Amino acid sequence: MTIRLGGIIAGLAITAVLVLWSLVPGFMNFAFGPAPEQQPSYAFYEHGEGPEGGFSFDGPLGTWDVAQLQRGYQVYKEVCSACHSLKFVAFRNLRQLSYSEAEVEAEAKSWTVPGIDPNTGEATTRPGKPTDAFPMPFPNNIAAAAANNNAIPPDLSLITKARHDGSNYVYDLLTGYGEPDPVKAAKVGFETPAGLHFNKHFPNVNIAMAPPLAIDGQVSYADGTAATIPQMATDVAAFLTWTAEPSLVERKQTGWFVLGFLLFATALAFLSYKQIWAGMKPKKK
Amino acid sequence: MAEMSGATTPAGASEMTEGADGIRRRDWIHVAALSTAGVGGASLLFPLVSQMAPSADVLAQSTTEVDVSAIQPGQAIKVMFRKQPLFVRRLTADEIKLANEVDISSLRDPQTLTERTKEGHEDMLVTMGVCTHLGCVPLGAAEGENKGEYGGYFCPCHGSHYDTAARIRKGPAPLNLVVPEYSFKTDAVIRVG
Amino acid sequence: MSFAWAKQYEPQSAFTKWLDEKLPLPRLVYSAVGAGYPVPRNLNYMWNFGVLAGFFLVIQIVTGVVLAMHYAANSEVAFGTVEHIMRNVNYGWMLRYAHANGASFFFIVIYLHIFRGFYYSSYKAPREMIWLLGVVIFLLMMATAFMGYVLPWGQMSFWGAQVITGLFSAIPIVGEPLQVWLLGGFAPDNAALNRFFSLHFLLPFVIAGVVILHIWALHIPGSSNPTGVEVKQESDTVPFHPYYTAKDGFGLGVVLIFFTLMVFFLPNALGHPDNYIEANPLSTPALIVPEWYFYPFYAILRAFTGDLTIPFTGIVLIPAKLLGVIAMFGSILVWFILPWLDKSPVRSGHYRPLFRKFFWFGLIPTMAALFYLGGAHAEEPYIMLSQIFTAYYFLHFLVILPIVSQIEVPKPLPFSITEAVTGKDKPAE
Repeated sequence: MTIRLGGIIAGLAITAVLVLWSLVPGFMNFAFGPAPEQQPSYAFYEHGEGPEGGFSFDGPLGTWDVAQLQRGYQVYKEVCSACHSLKFVAFRNLRQLSYSEAEVEAEAKSWTVPGIDPNTGEATTRPGKPTDAFPMPFPNNIAAAAANNNAIPPDLSLITKARHDGSNYVYDLLTGYGEPDPVKAAKVGFETPAGLHFNKHFPNVNIAMAPPLAIDGQVSYADGTAATIPQMATDVAAFLTWTAEPSLVERKQTGWFVLGFLLFATALAFLSYKQIWAGMKPKKK
Repeated sequence: MAEMSGATTPAGASEMTEGADGIRRRDWIHVAALSTAGVGGASLLFPLVSQMAPSADVLAQSTTEVDVSAIQPGQAIKVMFRKQPLFVRRLTADEIKLANEVDISSLRDPQTLTERTKEGHEDMLVTMGVCTHLGCVPLGAAEGENKGEYGGYFCPCHGSHYDTAARIRKGPAPLNLVVPEYSFKTDAVIRVG
Repeated sequence: MSFAWAKQYEPQSAFTKWLDEKLPLPRLVYSAVGAGYPVPRNLNYMWNFGVLAGFFLVIQIVTGVVLAMHYAANSEVAFGTVEHIMRNVNYGWMLRYAHANGASFFFIVIYLHIFRGFYYSSYKAPREMIWLLGVVIFLLMMATAFMGYVLPWGQMSFWGAQVITGLFSAIPIVGEPLQVWLLGGFAPDNAALNRFFSLHFLLPFVIAGVVILHIWALHIPGSSNPTGVEVKQESDTVPFHPYYTAKDGFGLGVVLIFFTLMVFFLPNALGHPDNYIEANPLSTPALIVPEWYFYPFYAILRAFTGDLTIPFTGIVLIPAKLLGVIAMFGSILVWFILPWLDKSPVRSGHYRPLFRKFFWFGLIPTMAALFYLGGAHAEEPYIMLSQIFTAYYFLHFLVILPIVSQIEVPKPLPFSITEAVTGKDKPAE
């Protein structure tokens, strides 16, 4: 009885406090003052749709388009890698993009990675080996920030998993540069400061990265595909999806197999269960 | 079953399933359901067991390239191969002669020096630096180390002596130092593994 | 203890007879989850979730032990070792996704198990101890899940650790030293990560221990059932095996199908993208949220935005931060006194018209709303809604339940479980 009485009193007290608090202005001291106004950036920033037609790996049956991944790798190598690292990916992983062992070895050799002089022990550089990870373009974050107007270019290994709807986000970001609507920007206080670039798909609208894909044909694709900006953006977004989750296709395929097995096993379990219970639950009239 | 009244006890129900012949009906459906569950449970073991096998990055390091051009006759270098020491030794003419003079049939693990080297590179002895007894690293690769009674390698753990072809001659080790799989990529570079 | 008609284990072979004398483990299993445990014959699918919770505890322990073989609890490399698991370890991606989504599924089945208990009043005498142990398990699960989420050392891991340990700094006087002590530093770093890993490894085994107590306590009165009428006679029960092993097997299959869909097709849907960014003490994510299963409690925490003052004087009685922490812990602690708040002699919500209305139109929408609000931005109208629903939450347990149980006229109960199932029963002779 004491517990119930105490409970009722405590419950009524909590309710009274909360209800008065939320409904009667000025009843309590608001610790944080009035609620902050809606951030204007949320209104200004546009969610993109990703590339037209989507990606080959979308959906439960999607698979890699290996030619596209190879093109995307070329875009990363020739454009992105100047500033962005790919530290969780090793050259040997390129084998998954249908490159032969010799091609991977040659590809690794075309990159310069940090090494140690075998005779003096001093830090030096050497050609890459398949077991090496992609090298960092800057020795550390301070150097990266200093070279990039104080914005550190993020590592791209996981970028498509580290952003909401990441594959589409990368595509949208790369194709989202343009001139801001001056009236709208002035109204919400989002004029683009000097040194930043307007991008309608960037959450903050103004991004430090200069448009990386600036002109059609910036990359000459080995397979003859026309390197338009949307094409390059799609390809590199696909490549970065692969770097973020190399097991994506294997995962879905395993999933179908497991699912099929489980459906079969569950159907059997259901029949077995019904058989055991037969007669135990007479239907109510 | 239609007879089942409210007062029918579960015991009564199970008597019915037991049937007239008195043995519980082993319906195929229970057997099938249980075996399928068993197969499912057993296949769960596969990823759990295989995760302990070497991972992709470890397997990728299973080959090593070694530049052997700088090794002078009589010298040896120690390099890492699969996280274990690898001895690469350039034999002198005397050492080759010593190795070839041995009566093969007298050896514990009979092998000729030619069998243990590559054609055209008989002076290049590539062996694991792992004693075949219990896995210690034998001495004799570095300058000034005890090379044992037969001028090759000496394992200090339990006193195994290897000769100039790294064959076991004395002590508890059962086999010669292992020659890993390797090939000459060029005259100067070997690829091990 | 058990019912008089419970079957006894009878060893058949010489070996099982010998074993039964030396270590009667098969006898224990037989009486606990075998043919020797009589269970009400009318359990519905809501009674599947206890066994399923046990199953997910096992899944978490097995995948967790395996992941620990590859993970390193060092703030320099932790994020990288998780990526190593995802990329290099054989089937590492499967094991990690199973562990991450396994936590979510563990909470899904536990919430269904708890709400089964609310609706059918499984907490009432003689089952108070089962309920109390269950609440202890839930609290341990929350601690374990929180510490597990810190281990990948992503942005949400780091800021989650910062925010949750920051709750303790709300305690007057000892608060801030306590937070520093918990973290082993002034901010989450290597010391915090290591102790969280150690405890994250330990606690599941503590949970397993309390689960054994939970099941032990269950076997004293026996399982509850949807009518709330206690077992009277043998015809009210069936042996656990094969009746409920078969039903649980089917239930397990269904849940595993959903689990497979998440692990293999939507593995990151319940996670947060920010946790794929390595921890960075210099930059806070735009929105710090815990894992989804903490949302209701996080909403309660954030509902308290102002200090509790003496009206119109400005004298602060309890600062807002402490108020939120007290409310958040209180929202679970109130479950501990639940058996004594609800004194209705009828257990099942099925026979309690008024109670049932408050359950379906009060508690369930409130929990749904709090689940939504916990993940929303801390801005209006979400703050006001959080306050209203938090108020109802406490009102429901502390005020509505005691009063309803006092004034309600329950519907007539069936004479026995057998009658509830078959429509007729004669009193036992």
